[in-house]
Amino acid sequence: MERLRRTMMFVPGSNPSMLKDAYIYGADSLMFDLEDAVAINEKDSARFLVYNAIKTIDYGNTEIVVRINGLDTPFGKDDIEAVVRAGADVIRLPKTERKEDILEVEAVIEEVEKKCGRSIGSTKMMAAVESPIGVINAYSIATSSKRLIGIALGAEDYVTNMKTKRYADGTELLGAREGIVIAARAAGIYALDTVYSNVDDEEGFRREVRLIKQLGFDGKSVINPRQIKPVHEIFAPTPEEIRRSANIIRAAKEAKQQGLGVISLNGKMIDKPIIDRADRILQLAAAVGLYKEAEEYEK
Amino acid sequence: MKVIDKSLAGTLESSDIQIILMPAENGGIEIELKSSVEKQFGRQIRKIITETLGKLQIENVKVIAVDNGALDCTIRARVECAAYRACGIKEKYDWEVID
Repeated sequence: MERLRRTMMFVPGSNPSMLKDAYIYGADSLMFDLEDAVAINEKDSARFLVYNAIKTIDYGNTEIVVRINGLDTPFGKDDIEAVVRAGADVIRLPKTERKEDILEVEAVIEEVEKKCGRSIGSTKMMAAVESPIGVINAYSIATSSKRLIGIALGAEDYVTNMKTKRYADGTELLGAREGIVIAARAAGIYALDTVYSNVDDEEGFRREVRLIKQLGFDGKSVINPRQIKPVHEIFAPTPEEIRRSANIIRAAKEAKQQGLGVISLNGKMIDKPIIDRADRILQLAAAVGLYKEAEEYEK
Repeated sequence: MKVIDKSLAGTLESSDIQIILMPAENGGIEIELKSSVEKQFGRQIRKIITETLGKLQIENVKVIAVDNGALDCTIRARVECAAYRACGIKEKYDWEVID
């Protein structure tokens, strides 16, 4: 199974204590932020902290993502130099509006990879779409580079540009969310949802996570360790889903062995999309330790 | 690199180290260290500060360091940042040297 990216936790790049401890909470990815979380006069210090932390600290299997400043700022190029040399897994671009934004950053990444002897293409990228034009160009952005592993929605700037604000039910974000998931699926990359800022409202957070799971997102950006567990719980397949999926896969195997073209289970016809979905549920269940292939599930 | 100004990097928070650099009056590297873990790690902290300054070819500097349990990588980061600030460099760093 491909990597799980259910949770990507934001960590301010300027905070040595958080850079050191953030991985213990079990997020799938950590995103060290050099952009909005860092004051303009501390951009240099945060860059040195993140560079040295990534070079030195063993983060285990946690994916390390760094959000850099744009190349239209005085900080972007040094950010890329530092982060590529340090060996971050992924560089996240803020405020991506068109594919050229990706290509410009990619050119700098490639230059640094060559200079420091890292293999070309080893630094992956992801794009944050935070504007109406970014949503409109989402597919073109999502297919702009082989390095791109995912696109994320950044909702705060987006709703401001849309002359609205964030509401509890998320209707104002529906178009952007669907645009991003559709683009990501068409491009074969991951789709990640925006942050939920009110850390104290767990019920509202859970409601939003259920919604983005329903829309097809792979995961969500989180801003506090308390938000990790609810996302992992909601994204985990239920015992009922696992049992049903295991039965579907078993029925499909049996039908294949018997040379049957049409597969049926409990009187219902099963076709390829249902088998694919069952397969994905079992892969996810296996990845989180809820399913082992050899186990027998009650029919 | 030559230290031309007084500079500061880092905070007094836990897990951090505050580094103040200034041109040395008598030449050489002079380190004044206050640390909550001085007895156990004082020598190691001084060693990292000295090594990092050496890598950046800074030979004449006075260092005031106030440590609150920073990791080695944090010490390096704070010294590098304070050094470039003290030398008046704000962008287009020589990453070949830092790396």
